[in-house]
Amino acid sequence: MKTVCHHPGWLVSVVLIWIVWGTPSQASANDGPVATSQAMAILSYNTRIVLAGTALLGACCGAVGTHLFLRRRALLGDVVSHAALPGVCLAFLVQESLQPGSGKSLGGLMLGAGASALAGVACLEGIRRTRRLPDDAALAIVLSLFFGLGVVLLSIIQRLPTGSAAGLADFLFGKPAGLLLGDVLLIGGLSAIVLIVCGLLWKELLVVSFDAAFAVTQGWPVRALDLLVVLLVTAVTVIGMQCVGLLLVVALLIIPPAAARYWTDRVGTLILVSSGIGALSAASGVLLSAITPKLAAGAVIVVCAAAAFVLSLLFGFQRGAYHRWRQQRRAQRHAGRHDLLRASFELVERKLAESNATDDVTVPGWSLAQLETMRSWTPGRLPGLWRAAIRDGFVRADAAGLYHLTAEGARQARAAARQHRLWELYLIQYAGRHPVDVDPDADVAEHMLDPLIVRELESLLQPDHAANRVPASPHDAPARATPQAEATP
Amino acid sequence: MMSSVIQLVSEWGSYDTWIVITAALAAIACALPGNYLLLRRQSLLGDALSHAVLPGIVAGYLTWNAVEHSGWLPVSQAAGIRHLVLFGGAALSGLLCVLLAEWTQRWGRIDAGSALGVVFTTFFAVGLLLIRQAADQAHIDPSCVLYGNLELIVLDRIPGTPIPRAALINGLAVLINLSLWIVFYKELQLAAFDPGYAETIGIRASRLNYGSTMATAMTVVAAFETVGSILVIAMLIVPVATARLLTDRLPTMITVSVIVAAASAVLGMAALCCYRGRCSRPSVIPVSKMPGWRG
Amino acid sequence: MPLHDHTPNSDAPLSIRDLTVAYHRQPVLWDIDFDAPPGRLIAIVGPNGAGKSTLIKSVLELLPRLSGEVSFFGRPFAEVRQRVAYVPQRTSVDWDFPVNVLDVVTMGLYGRIGWCRPVRATHRREALAALEKVELAEFAQRQISQLSGGQQQRVFLARALAQQADLYLLDEPFAGVDAATERALIELLRQLRSAGKTAVVVHHDLQTAAEYFDDVLLLNLRVVAAGPMAEVLTSENLRRTYGGKLALLDQVGHEMSLRGRR
Repeated sequence: MKTVCHHPGWLVSVVLIWIVWGTPSQASANDGPVATSQAMAILSYNTRIVLAGTALLGACCGAVGTHLFLRRRALLGDVVSHAALPGVCLAFLVQESLQPGSGKSLGGLMLGAGASALAGVACLEGIRRTRRLPDDAALAIVLSLFFGLGVVLLSIIQRLPTGSAAGLADFLFGKPAGLLLGDVLLIGGLSAIVLIVCGLLWKELLVVSFDAAFAVTQGWPVRALDLLVVLLVTAVTVIGMQCVGLLLVVALLIIPPAAARYWTDRVGTLILVSSGIGALSAASGVLLSAITPKLAAGAVIVVCAAAAFVLSLLFGFQRGAYHRWRQQRRAQRHAGRHDLLRASFELVERKLAESNATDDVTVPGWSLAQLETMRSWTPGRLPGLWRAAIRDGFVRADAAGLYHLTAEGARQARAAARQHRLWELYLIQYAGRHPVDVDPDADVAEHMLDPLIVRELESLLQPDHAANRVPASPHDAPARATPQAEATP
Repeated sequence: MMSSVIQLVSEWGSYDTWIVITAALAAIACALPGNYLLLRRQSLLGDALSHAVLPGIVAGYLTWNAVEHSGWLPVSQAAGIRHLVLFGGAALSGLLCVLLAEWTQRWGRIDAGSALGVVFTTFFAVGLLLIRQAADQAHIDPSCVLYGNLELIVLDRIPGTPIPRAALINGLAVLINLSLWIVFYKELQLAAFDPGYAETIGIRASRLNYGSTMATAMTVVAAFETVGSILVIAMLIVPVATARLLTDRLPTMITVSVIVAAASAVLGMAALCCYRGRCSRPSVIPVSKMPGWRG
Repeated sequence: MPLHDHTPNSDAPLSIRDLTVAYHRQPVLWDIDFDAPPGRLIAIVGPNGAGKSTLIKSVLELLPRLSGEVSFFGRPFAEVRQRVAYVPQRTSVDWDFPVNVLDVVTMGLYGRIGWCRPVRATHRREALAALEKVELAEFAQRQISQLSGGQQQRVFLARALAQQADLYLLDEPFAGVDAATERALIELLRQLRSAGKTAVVVHHDLQTAAEYFDDVLLLNLRVVAAGPMAEVLTSENLRRTYGGKLALLDQVGHEMSLRGRR
């Protein structure tokens, strides 16, 4: 993973090679027995070009968008993309006047867009410095004013006599089908640069996002790195202008990282998954749009990304809803089993006192009805837990239909009871609780005790209780004559 | 310059007056809820709403189109409810966006900006898809969404009066927003300033928030058809920000924002009429930019 | 206190001369003079709003200063950054950030690793060693949102330890931690002192300050007194520190900020 983070160029190179070296003749040779014409369309050279370019863009957006997401400035992408419009129009006008007919050459338009977006960011900084207006107000102002200016220019252009103004509005909504090989190479090259920069400066950007004050004391140029993120966002917006359109590129900046968050808790993985989701959404969007008529590719890409988001929200490994639900269920089952075994242990303790048996396993058996009296169970829960316990091998039935703990069951039961009693003792000795009150609290808390906490409890209460011995129950102690030492309240 | 102004004044007709009045009403209607958005640091909600209402508008239009062609209603009645259907669709869409964003933030456990970003961009994309699908059945021009259609809208008058329907709708929006501010002034002020404290003394800040978002959504929708989404976004923030730079008191801020909004609408329309036929109405925005550069 | 000497002390790990700091144009620290003796544990003590955190932040150039000179080991901060470690208040970061404990501690090594170079296994091992010193090695792979308050504080301290600095500046490390963590933290500070390091700690509790620290700086918008605990912690000095903000000083400062704004 670290290698990929630091050398994403290899990924880009592979993709570019695939486009450039896959010639139309090769495509037709492979397509021999393919049935439908739609499949032919997918494999066609043009579609592959568009696919490659858009997928690269998607990956780029995902990577850069993650940095915005981590700083909780997701909507900065919206402002940058809207602020780019006047630049596009001005660049068109300049190019058209210098060389009529070349108005829409992508390189010049990209430069114009980038310059305009950066001007917008400069205005943003200027408004922020006055400190009289909140951050979101500054964003909204720059967005609306720049975009308004852009639309004015656009409408002026569209009334010009030259015919080449047609299609300029495609930069708002995207038209990846219009990509030529030269455009894709330009996009690929820029994407490669963006991805490499992201990879090289991964840890610097991380420390600045996480703890800016610490980064400053360590000598990292926080302002410069913040500016770098803005530059990357601008670059990505400009790259995405043709594929997805200015108005929709912000979606690719925001949705993939938000979706990726549900799959991982580590930043490195987050960036990778986000790029992956971005690339996949872009690719699926282009494919769907190629197959189905009248589907605008840019919009479909965004919808695919949104679908990925919903799926991640529901099924993501780390924080997805399904995962959390399963964890809850597992915890409930674990707690139920714990309670069952502890109740069994207490029953065994009682029978040990009453009979002549020497250990937990040879004690006389009991019925389910007897177990039910040991604590209050939710109605209907006990039979299910009991069946699970039998299945797991903690309990066995004898010839008379009475139940006994198996060796493994006895071990687990002792551990469960020990944890419960240790916590009760802690509450009594250190938190000043009365012995009568501690049982319900321990009932809840015992399921939260992980092995580290149990070790700490043992070291705290060590002088009183030898390792692995189950302390006597503090609230029942006066009522029973047991061989164990009575706990001091 | 002077000659064109003189020409403008002499050629001024009632049509032009109504254009100016309608635009001013739309601008004022947007500036009023914009004050609350600025105080609550939700200024980008206006941008989000104007993107999010698109699928609602298109869906409403398609529904109305289907109803009209199916012949369930007589044509005149169908024309009458067209506004209502569009309005309802857009308002629903906007509200749904805000609710989904809040739900995603709470249940999905991500920050507010990202949640809103995910939802409104998706809505906008869905809206664009619907437009493309509907382009055959109905004549929807995407640029209409951006610029509005003020010059034609003003011609649609209420039967029997010279008042354009759009002016009435925007006027109603102004009245509703103004009454909300007047009636709930101190509650809105407190809820914006300190929502936690407001809750403790019984002012339900969350309900006020929902209410204000609903009002914003409806205002945005009312103004949308008239002046287009770009103007709406600008009018929600620029007059308010200008007012904020000029004063520190809330009642003054609201008043100044209304004045600035109306002024930029009037001046912008005047500039438009000076160069009639060559510019589009977003010239109102550059005019309103100028006051903003104070301070 | 020595007679007013404007040259910084080149032996002291931290030497401050005539430091005045303003926050939003209101002066919150006036003419601070202080030399931290090396190899000691020094507490900065004072009432709320006395400027204790502000002092640490301005010394580290996180807040701008109106006037004054600060030197670390006789050099400006930029030259000796690696020898100075900062442990900020816990509330300064977003604890929902997708990093685990080991990642946070490794951040302390980034300065040494340098621009564009990857983090290697050796660095992670160093970070793990620092975690062991604060007894959090078992939590290395835990996501930081799962930590308790005391554990969060110890993670920050481990990050500072990973830097292997000579001077440690800690901002309210004992705020809101349990007794066991407090004892563990003080034990760590004492180990640092035995190793010849210096620690300057903003502390909120006067009683434990006397118990834990060797020297003290009594602060209330200006230096009231500074020096060894036994000498400085007199009732007269305490009265001057805690007897309320100097009302006139505060008023004049506020007036200055208003004038600056108009």
